[in-house]
Order: sequence, then C-alpha cells, then structure tokens
Amino acid sequence: MRADALDDTLAKFLDDKFPQTEKAIGELAAEAPPQAAAILEALGENRLLFDRADHIVAYKTTAGAVINAKTGQPIASADAFKKVRVNNAIRSAIEGSMGSLTLANPDPQKRIAAAQDVFKTRDAKALPALEAQLAKESDPRVAEALRLAQAAIVAVSDNVSSPDRLAAIGVLKARGDQDAQSLIDQLLQKTTDPVVKSAAETALSSIHTRLAIWGAAQDLWYGLSASSVLLLAAIGLAITFGVMGVINMAHGEMVMLGAYATYVVQLLLPPSLQNWSLAFAIPLAFLVAAIVGVAIERLIIRYLYTRPLETLLATWGVSLILQQAVRSLFGADNRLVSNPPFMSGAFHLGGLEITSNRLWIIVLAIVVFVALQLVLRATPFGLQMRAVTQNRRMAAAMGISTARIDMLAFALGSGVAGVAGVALSQIDNVSPNLGQGYIIDSFMVVVFGGVGNLWGTALGALTLGIANKILEPVIGAVQGQIVLLIVIILFIQKRPRGLFALKGRAVEA
Amino acid sequence: MSERLDRLGLVFVALLALAAILVPILSLATPADSALNIPPYLVQLFGKYVCYAILAVALDLVWGYCGILSLGHGAFFALGGYAMGMYLMRQIGTRGVYANPILPDFMVFLNWKELPVAWWGFDWFPYAMLMVVLVPGLLSLAFGWFAFRSRVTGVYLSIITQAMTFALFKEFFRNDFGFGGNNGLTDFKDLLGFSLQSASTKAALFSASAIALIAAYWVARAIIGSKYGKALMAVRDAESRMRFLGYRVENYKLFAFVVSAVMAGVAGALYVPQVGIINPSEFAPANSIEAAIWVAVGGRGTLVGAAIGAIAVNFAKTYFTGAFPEYWLYGLGLLFVLTTLFLPKGLLGLALTARDKQPVVETPAIAVEEGADP
Repeated sequence: MRADALDDTLAKFLDDKFPQTEKAIGELAAEAPPQAAAILEALGENRLLFDRADHIVAYKTTAGAVINAKTGQPIASADAFKKVRVNNAIRSAIEGSMGSLTLANPDPQKRIAAAQDVFKTRDAKALPALEAQLAKESDPRVAEALRLAQAAIVAVSDNVSSPDRLAAIGVLKARGDQDAQSLIDQLLQKTTDPVVKSAAETALSSIHTRLAIWGAAQDLWYGLSASSVLLLAAIGLAITFGVMGVINMAHGEMVMLGAYATYVVQLLLPPSLQNWSLAFAIPLAFLVAAIVGVAIERLIIRYLYTRPLETLLATWGVSLILQQAVRSLFGADNRLVSNPPFMSGAFHLGGLEITSNRLWIIVLAIVVFVALQLVLRATPFGLQMRAVTQNRRMAAAMGISTARIDMLAFALGSGVAGVAGVALSQIDNVSPNLGQGYIIDSFMVVVFGGVGNLWGTALGALTLGIANKILEPVIGAVQGQIVLLIVIILFIQKRPRGLFALKGRAVEA
Repeated sequence: MSERLDRLGLVFVALLALAAILVPILSLATPADSALNIPPYLVQLFGKYVCYAILAVALDLVWGYCGILSLGHGAFFALGGYAMGMYLMRQIGTRGVYANPILPDFMVFLNWKELPVAWWGFDWFPYAMLMVVLVPGLLSLAFGWFAFRSRVTGVYLSIITQAMTFALFKEFFRNDFGFGGNNGLTDFKDLLGFSLQSASTKAALFSASAIALIAAYWVARAIIGSKYGKALMAVRDAESRMRFLGYRVENYKLFAFVVSAVMAGVAGALYVPQVGIINPSEFAPANSIEAAIWVAVGGRGTLVGAAIGAIAVNFAKTYFTGAFPEYWLYGLGLLFVLTTLFLPKGLLGLALTARDKQPVVETPAIAVEEGADP
C-alpha cells in the first residue's frame, strides 16, 4: 500500500462519522497493509483514537501503550486523543473484514483456515480480498482453498459472467463432495446460459457417481470395523466351543471383565503413564479373563462335559453372578474409559472419514488373529488343541492330556475375550451389561463360520459385519439383523456345521 | 419310577383342581379379615405362577422328553401374550386417554390414522384366541421345520432359538412395528366385559390358569404315554439310531415343538390379563433361559417337577427381590450352577431316587453320541 493511500484511509477516521469509518474499514481490508489487523481490532474494541488537530490516528494496545497507527511508533501522551465511535454496523463490517485480512496472514495454515471460513459463509464482500490474495499466492494448497472459496461465492452470486461460472463449476467438480454438489445445484438455479447449464449438469452427475463410490467405501469401512469387533468377541468363543463343544454363556462377561480391567488400569496409573494405559491393560485383561475362565472350567464345566446343554445353563448362571459382582464392586452405571491420544480423533482418506479408534481396533483384531493362528499352527499346544478339537477320544488315546488341553484352551479363549474387552472399552459404554450386547452376535459368527478353523470365524465375522452395515441403511438396523438371522438359518440348511466344518467321519455330521 | 410319577401326577392334578375351586371361594366368599381369606393380590400372584408353570410344562415336553433345549419359549409365551394384549387393547375403546373408539392410545399418540392390518379382528375374542394359538404355532412350525430338517441339534439349536428370541425382542421395541414399542400394551380395562380390577375376575382368571395347567399336563402326559411318545424319547436318547431305523426324526421333533410352543402361547395369553401389561422385555433372552432353570430345578422329564420348579423358583424370586434385591441375581446364578452340578434330575428326581434307594441309571444317550462326534 502506498504511504499516501494509507494516509487517505486513516484520514477518514478523523471525521469520526460512521459512513467514513466504514469506508476506511473497507479500504484497509482491501489493501491489507501490515498494521491493518491491529487497527481494525482496536477499532472493534473501542481502542482506536484520533487527534484531528495533529492529523494523527493511533491505537491503544491492550497493555495500555498508545501507538501511532501509521508509523507504529509509540506516542508519549494520549491526552489530546478522542475515541473513534463504533456502532453495530461498524462492528459487523470489522468482523467481515477481519476474515479477509487473515487471508493475507503470513502463516499458510491460517490462510487456509480463513479461506475455508469464506467457503462456509460464502460472503461476497470477501471476494476482492480473496482475488487479491489469489493473485499473489505462492502456496499451492492455499491457492486451492482460495479458489474453492471464490467458486463458492460465484456459485451463490447473481450477477456473474458465464466464463466465471464455468470456472467455478470446474473447481467445485474437482472438490466433488456434498458441499460442492449443493453449490452447483444453487448455481444451476441462477443461470440461464445453456452452456453453463450443461456443464453444471455434467459436473453434478460426476459428483454424484463419486459420492456414491465413496459412500459405498464408507459403508465397507464401517462394516470392516464392525467385523473386527465381532471377530475379537467371537474368536475366543470359537476356540472354547471348538475344543470342548460346550457353549460358554459367560463369554460375554469375560469381555466385560477385560473392559473393566482397562478402567482399573486407567484409574491406578499415574498421569505420566496414562498414554500407555492400553499397553498395561491388554496383558492385565488377558490375565484376569484367563484366570476367571480357568476357574469356571475347573470348578464347573469339566464336570458337565457329557451334558452340553446343562453347561449352557450353568455358565449362564456364572454370567449372572459375574455381572452382579461387577455391579456390586463398580456400580451399575457406565464407567468412563478414555481414549489414549493416538486413538482419538479422525482423519480423511479421500472421501472416507476414518476414526482412529476404529482403525486401531481393526489392527488389534488382525494382530490377535495372526497370533492365535501362530499358536495353533506353530506350537505343540496348538497341535494338541487341534487334535482334541478334531477327535477327542483319539487324541486322548495318543497320549494327549485332554483335561490339560481343555483348561489351557479355556484360558486362551477367555483371555482373548478379555483383550476384546479392552478394544470395546474404547468404543462402547463400560457397564456390567457390556458382554450381553455382543454374545448373541458372537454365537452367530461361530455358528456361521464353523469351529473347525479360525478362518471360518474370520470369514463369518467379515460376512456378518459387512452385510449388517450394508443392510442397515437400506432396511434399518433391526430388520437387517433379522434378515441376517433368517439367512443364517437358511444357510445352515446347506451347511449345518458352518462354513468351515471339520471333515471326517461322524455320526451327526 | 414312571408309575410313581404317574401317581404323583394324579395327586398334582387333584390338588390343582382343588385349588381352582377353593381359591375363588376363599377369595370371594370369606370375609376380608378372616384367616382363610386370600386377598386379590395373592390370587393374582398365584395365577402368575401357574402361568409360569404352564410354560415350564411346555418346555419340559421338548427338553425333558425330546432333548431340545429351546431358548425361544419365552418368545412363544410373549407372542401369545401380545395376542391377548391386542384383544384387551381393543376392548378399551373410548375409555382410553384419547378416547378413540378404534385406535389404541399409542397409535393416536404416534399420529396414526387407521388400524394396521395386523390388528384387524382383534376386537373379536374368538379371533384373538385363534391368534394366541396360531401365531406361536406357525412360528414354531416354520422355525422347527427349517431347524430340524437340517439336523440342527444340541447347543446349536439352543443358540439359534435364542437368536430368534433376540430378534423378536429388538423388533418389538420399535414403535414402527405397531405393537406399542417400548411401552408395550397396558391400561387394560376388561376381558369379555368383566373388569380386570374386580376380585371375581382375578379369581376366575386364576381358575382358568389352573385348568389350563391341568390341560397342558394332560396333553403332555397323553403324548408321552402314547406310542409316539416312546419314539420321541428314543429320538432324545439316540437320534441317529432312530433315523437309521427308518423313523422320520424331524417330524417327531417338529410335532412336539409346535405343541409345546402353542402351550407356551396359551400360558402367555393367560398371564397378560393377570399382570396387566405386556411389553418387549418379555422377549428378553434371559426370560427363556430362566424358564429352563425352573424345569431343571424341579426335575427335567417329569412334567410335575417342571411345574413345581416354576412355582418354587418364582416364589423365591418374589421373596428375594423384595427382601434382598441385590442378592437375588447371585442366588439365581448359584441356582443355575448348583442345580446343573449337583441336581441333574432336579428336586423331584432327587425325591424319587431317595425313595427308590437305588442309583438312577444315567440317561446314556447324549453322552454316547457327543463322544462319537468329531
């Protein structure tokens, strides 16, 4: 800004008349001299002073010092100065101008934020500042944000030339999200030019396709996320059910214990270690659930091996006792478990919104799955466990201590449920009823996937999780579940023992 | 043991018949301060227990004699209850809060303009009673046909029936489903013109429940005593062998399952006017499992034991939830664990064995076949 232009602008404050002041604000915003922000801020807060006799405009800083607005030099005495009067119209003018002033901020991040603000408000007054900044912008990311803001203003303005509208359509089409879609819609209402109209319609259909694809991808993501939770909850059940052929109705409570273990860890850890709480919670949850699991196996289930239906009832009793015990210890209301920093927030990947905690739960599910596969495939215990799963009597005849394998398998299955609880504590309410919400879905996964192979559980969890999330928007969550239940009932017509049934001679198979 | 059980059954029926006659007399004909008087709230409570006993007998028929541990009987019970509840809702008529002659209050509240098709005809008692039988019957028929045909047995079947219950539980919670959503159906006024508040109606409902229990026992007894019943028990003990012998195992199971579901539905229909409300929580999977423990406590495969178990456990529940509410779940949980561990034949089985003074032969079957399973 030329020095004399700044003089002219500042001179307008000397009149202390509202129209003149407003004009000065506009000029400051458009020309954006370095001191403009400080002057406007002072004006808004009644700190802008003038001395008509000496032709000086000055502002008082928040600390109380008086600064010459033009030179930036401090002024010794402010006795001769009067305040520039402000009314609501002036204040709103200041607010508008501050937005465009930050467009010229030296920090690129702030410039982008300012451009995004304009994109949201679509304030046509910001257009000159926007274009001025665009002309000299060097940062490509800022330039893009500025162009988007410009296009947004163009789209909602009435008197715009066709080439400008075409350019705006091009920019919005590249953005391709819901905002762009609605902006192009508005633009379409305002124009009569057939060229612009057809360009807008092409852009709309291209955005529509793009949105549909990203929408499907987002559903898929939600499905994956649901699948990972299902897999974590069901995989321990698949192990215990596979090895022993008994249903542990208290499995959900193992998950619940894992979640409470996370809560206790966060309660006891000093603040400095809070970020690492999950590193402590996962082994503790595994241990607690595994110990309780072994206790159930040793004290109850092993006496009921030949009576699987009664095992179901007995373990249901255990689940009632565990729920009530936790309720007595921790209270019936939800406990607050916080997300560590790396698990909070969300980020965008193209048109996808990905929440960090869901992402980490998927990672955890994969890690648990791989670890279990390793245990089953590469350790002597895993070998023996698979043998017992396939044929208990034959395995016993080969010298495998089936009682020991049962106990260890129960410890493993329950421990994994505890780890699932750590994951669930990050996305769900930690209450004594936590396990009940997942147990029936986990059973469905096991029934669907079969117990012969962990891949069956994984495939079962994936199928049910994704199918559920795809059906949900179409027919509603509850109907989706009912449809899935019917599908499973029809499915077991064909494969009564699930996707991955064990092969071999059997009376019942 | 079977003869003794039959004799016990006769005593049981006689006692029930006596109760069906005496309870109304004692409730209505004795002065309120008399020691013999049974106040209406107790009549209602006993009536509730008797309905649970019918459900237990129904469950015992499939579990004790056919080896099917259904965790869906709570759902059949609730469906029968809803059918009755819908009749009672239509009887309210203009006495509702919104005084709409056709639409129940909750529909007016939801701003519905006309009666959904599912509600048509429910103002006519015979139709409502038909639905009490048909809805659980058809659901169990369809469900059982699919399940037994594909040889879903044991815990798999239990889990699938539980999933069915759970799905219905969630569906009935929805307002859009058209059955009162979360709040269910309530504020009933009268049944066949008799006010549900009056002591005489309560006494009559108790008698009706007792007679229904006798009928349920008699039907189950007749099935079990017949040639068909023998085959049913053989299916329970050695399903594969029966199949190899040429029996259509699934038909035997399906028949028992459907009869049992209808019994459960009737029990639910008698239950609703006595408790005055039916809501989706009756579908809760926990209810169905609790019914199984009544049967287990009383004695599986004894019918009488199941009925006694239902009454005993619910009596204990009423007492404990009043006296020590926070310990009831511990008690119930322990009941599940201890009964299955130490009382595999239930209280009645224990009593009968003690008098026999000889070890009971374990039902061998399930053990053998599960052992041969992969």
